[in-house]
Amino acid sequence: MLIAAGGPVIPDFNTGAFACERANPLFCFDWFSRNWGGVLWPALREHVLLTVVAVAIGFAISSVLAILAYRRRWLERPIVAVTLVLYTIPSIALFELLVPIRGLGLSIRSAEVALVSYTLLILFRNILTGLRAVPEEVLDAARGMGMSSRQLLWRVELPLALPAIVAGLRIATVTVISLATIAPLIGVQSLGTPIFAAIGNNLFKTELIAAGGLAVALGLFADGAFVLAQRALTPWTRAR
Amino acid sequence: MSAALRFILRDGQVPGAGPLPSLIHLTLSTLAVSGIGIGIALVVALPIGIGLGHLHRGSFIAINIGNLWRSLPSLAVLAIAVAFLGLGLVNVEAALIVLAVPPIVTNAYVAVDGVDRDLVDAARGMGMTQWEVLARVELPLSLPLIFAGIRTAAVFVVATTTISALAGYSGTLGDVINNETSYRTYGVLGGAICVALLALTVEVVLAGVQRALTPRGLLRGTSGRPL
Repeated sequence: MLIAAGGPVIPDFNTGAFACERANPLFCFDWFSRNWGGVLWPALREHVLLTVVAVAIGFAISSVLAILAYRRRWLERPIVAVTLVLYTIPSIALFELLVPIRGLGLSIRSAEVALVSYTLLILFRNILTGLRAVPEEVLDAARGMGMSSRQLLWRVELPLALPAIVAGLRIATVTVISLATIAPLIGVQSLGTPIFAAIGNNLFKTELIAAGGLAVALGLFADGAFVLAQRALTPWTRAR
Repeated sequence: MSAALRFILRDGQVPGAGPLPSLIHLTLSTLAVSGIGIGIALVVALPIGIGLGHLHRGSFIAINIGNLWRSLPSLAVLAIAVAFLGLGLVNVEAALIVLAVPPIVTNAYVAVDGVDRDLVDAARGMGMTQWEVLARVELPLSLPLIFAGIRTAAVFVVATTTISALAGYSGTLGDVINNETSYRTYGVLGGAICVALLALTVEVVLAGVQRALTPRGLLRGTSGRPL
């Protein structure tokens, strides 16, 4: 009774240092500048790291698989079937399905395995398509010059497949950036961490928009960077 | 793992906990939320994609909207939608539609735009009107690719619907995964198995529909879909 009579328990509801946070408008610049160094920047850094590692491992695995399937045609179907199943499983489920596996658990290893498995279908298909698109006459000419099959692969087939390979890397990278936001579900830091924190904190809008916006911006930035890299790496595709 | 399977067989009940929503009910409502999103996205996206493709206009927008879409993290889109619109079915649907429209537009555009010009000319020469060319030549030929876009969007929307639980929207299978306190570790695993099976089922069913819709003459060499 006494407390109720004494008025609000928390005085100064809309003034003071955290007034903006309490009012929860669309965006508090104050919060943003105070938490950039401690919350947003580390999340962004972890997110980029998760992505780079996943794409690199995925690229290594897919390259081997694609070269195998290029040499032995019958391997294509089973590889596509398995990677398509992995690609179709929603990220939220795949992350959880990996946790009970011994040696993975609630760790960055589970997150990386999940992220890598989403890159396989995209990268495998693109690398294989690129290799198969190399014209037969070019291969004949190279063989006529006395190239071994290894030289053929490194000096002719892979360079000519580069546009398709880079296109695959581009899709795989933005896909991983997108899926890595779910990683906090299994205790791994990413840009999803501040998003989950904001959801738990009464839908704190500034943090939702800042972290969500950073994730979108990172995806767009990576996409643009790959377009430029593709141009720089394959000048011949623009020549007429 | 076996505890997770028993959890599924018990239809989502955890011994010692109060009555929990049935897994069948959660699966159906996941499908309902996804279905509404895809339905509205289809109504919006198909006319745009098919129209632009028929007129051979707007290729820059139609193709780049698909590229843009890929770089949109669904959790981030949900988070931003929640910040602007608050939490609720309407807002989740808004995010789903934003994520489902681009692949449908891009595929429909590429499909209709890519129909052999000679065939269209032949149809015109036979005296077909614009609408007849569209309805009797362009659409049947582009149906497999258009449907491939719908399939990509549908599987993506089912995945995003379950993710909406992480953004605070409850009433889907994602709830099970997001609520370890009630469901325990094995319940979460069981929920994840259900979500995976649901997405795979949607994929397989739609792949079957796509095959059924493909004109017989086209059946060879069109089983793939762009990602």
